[in-house]
Amino acid sequence: MMRATGLTKTFNPGTPIETRALRGLDLEIPQGQFVTVIGSNGAGKSTFLNAISGDLIVDEGRLEIAGRDVTRQNAWQRAGLVARVFQDPMAGTCEGLTIEENLALAMSRGQRRGFRAAANASERDFFRSKLATLKLGLENRLADRMGLLSGGQRQAVSLLMASLQPSQILLLDEHTAALDPRTAAFVLELTDSIVKEQQLTTLMVTHSMRQALDHGERTIMLHQGRVVLDVSGDERAHMDVPDLLAMFERVRGEAISDDALLLD
Amino acid sequence: MSMISLLGALEIGLIFALVALGVLISFRILNFPDLTADGSFPLGGAVAAVMIVAGQDPWLATFCGMLAGALAGLLTAWLHVRLGILQLLASILVMIGLYSINLRVMGAPNVPLIGEPTVFSPIVGDNFEAQAWLQPLVLVGVLLVVKLLLDVYFVSQSGLAMRATGANARMARAQGIATDRMVLAGMALSNALIALAGALYVQTQGGADISMGIGTIVVGLAAVIIGETILPARAIYLVTLAAALGALLYRLLIALALNADFIGLQAQDLNLITAVLVGFALVLPMIKRKLMPKKRSANPAAAASNKKEAAK
Repeated sequence: MMRATGLTKTFNPGTPIETRALRGLDLEIPQGQFVTVIGSNGAGKSTFLNAISGDLIVDEGRLEIAGRDVTRQNAWQRAGLVARVFQDPMAGTCEGLTIEENLALAMSRGQRRGFRAAANASERDFFRSKLATLKLGLENRLADRMGLLSGGQRQAVSLLMASLQPSQILLLDEHTAALDPRTAAFVLELTDSIVKEQQLTTLMVTHSMRQALDHGERTIMLHQGRVVLDVSGDERAHMDVPDLLAMFERVRGEAISDDALLLD
Repeated sequence: MSMISLLGALEIGLIFALVALGVLISFRILNFPDLTADGSFPLGGAVAAVMIVAGQDPWLATFCGMLAGALAGLLTAWLHVRLGILQLLASILVMIGLYSINLRVMGAPNVPLIGEPTVFSPIVGDNFEAQAWLQPLVLVGVLLVVKLLLDVYFVSQSGLAMRATGANARMARAQGIATDRMVLAGMALSNALIALAGALYVQTQGGADISMGIGTIVVGLAAVIIGETILPARAIYLVTLAAALGALLYRLLIALALNADFIGLQAQDLNLITAVLVGFALVLPMIKRKLMPKKRSANPAAAASNKKEAAK
């Protein structure tokens, strides 16, 4: 469960390049819901995700995750509640460390790290069995450096890392945007199965309206730092991309150009 | 080259292997360009020397020297992490400040240790003839203990967190690692090792001197770079081994260059030899690549993402 109330964030306040990225954003996500987020460039999607993860601290408003007020906590303090997959395959993993070491890091997410060995034999077996579910043959490459993997493989491992420890919310920040279409489809499929299996509360940002409607059970649209559209249930089930576009135009009272939103 | 000068080079090489391990932690593992070494090396030496002269146990004095070095590293890290001062600048500030502090600690530009007990005294005893090889033997023991402890630490949960902090701080924070604390701890550890080297150095050289720290960081970096060139490896126990070997090889090469009469090099040419050696070690990987063409693409992921960047 996550509840955001009146979040605001302004970059470079009081200067000519002042940007009001979040302007009183409200959103409540019940336990176990999979929400997709769309919005044009500069709508505040990334800022919102960074505000939830703690990479950014909001100026005003309140953020609760699983009933706990985390508004003022920084990223590493919240890590026990928030799991994350970044857009850039390089960002979510350490390329200089091995696959095993990356998984071991994720295995201790949000927990105390002591002086015992980062991975023992039983954990190694656990990592192998988890990697085998990806069907990428990575279960035999525990000692390989992360940097040797392709972008798609790295995102798949990132997803796995995000699901090794329980989390209250999983943040997916356009995590397929840097991949080719086939790999993107594979990673999305994997996302669906992991989210479903572990019943994760999930927030997935995407540039594609198609993806936004095909995945998850609720879609929100951000515009100028606010939630301007929120569809779920039957309404969403019967929706197609043009309907979504039309709704957006009605809500904003303005036509949006095609290049503002990427269509499939 | 005589046996004595060879053993002498080995002795200094073993001490600078500890410096190299410290530099490895700051520069390579934490990705923190740190010049504190030029101040923390003599700080460790000064504290140890003064305490030994005051009649304290040499091992206790050495340990206190180490602690002082840890504090220096902590200060540099704190200036960066809490006050936002650029890493290099923060370390230069501490290094400069330590010069005065070292003078205060010693109370004079130098503190002789002639006739004082050292950590080597119980082993060497009255056997001055054997001193030349007994002292390096003790240092081998110290170095081995430090190296093995580091090897164990850097594959532990906490050590892995420190490596992740240097490799990808944002990812580390997302995994719940308090990266600021890791930088503080790592810099303390790094400079503790460098100060330990300083404390042992004064006990082999018969005293502490205010100018003994000059160029410590260059030698440490030289050792790390030479080590990486002769033994390129990823596994942490090989990385630490490479740094230690680099320091030994560096001192050996220096001794050879200074002892080879036909070249005509003398003690005052030391820094020039250092510059040439480090420069050579830096270009060696490039020469190696040109002589041995690549068999396969080293990093397909990077190549793919580069292509993507180019397409944009």
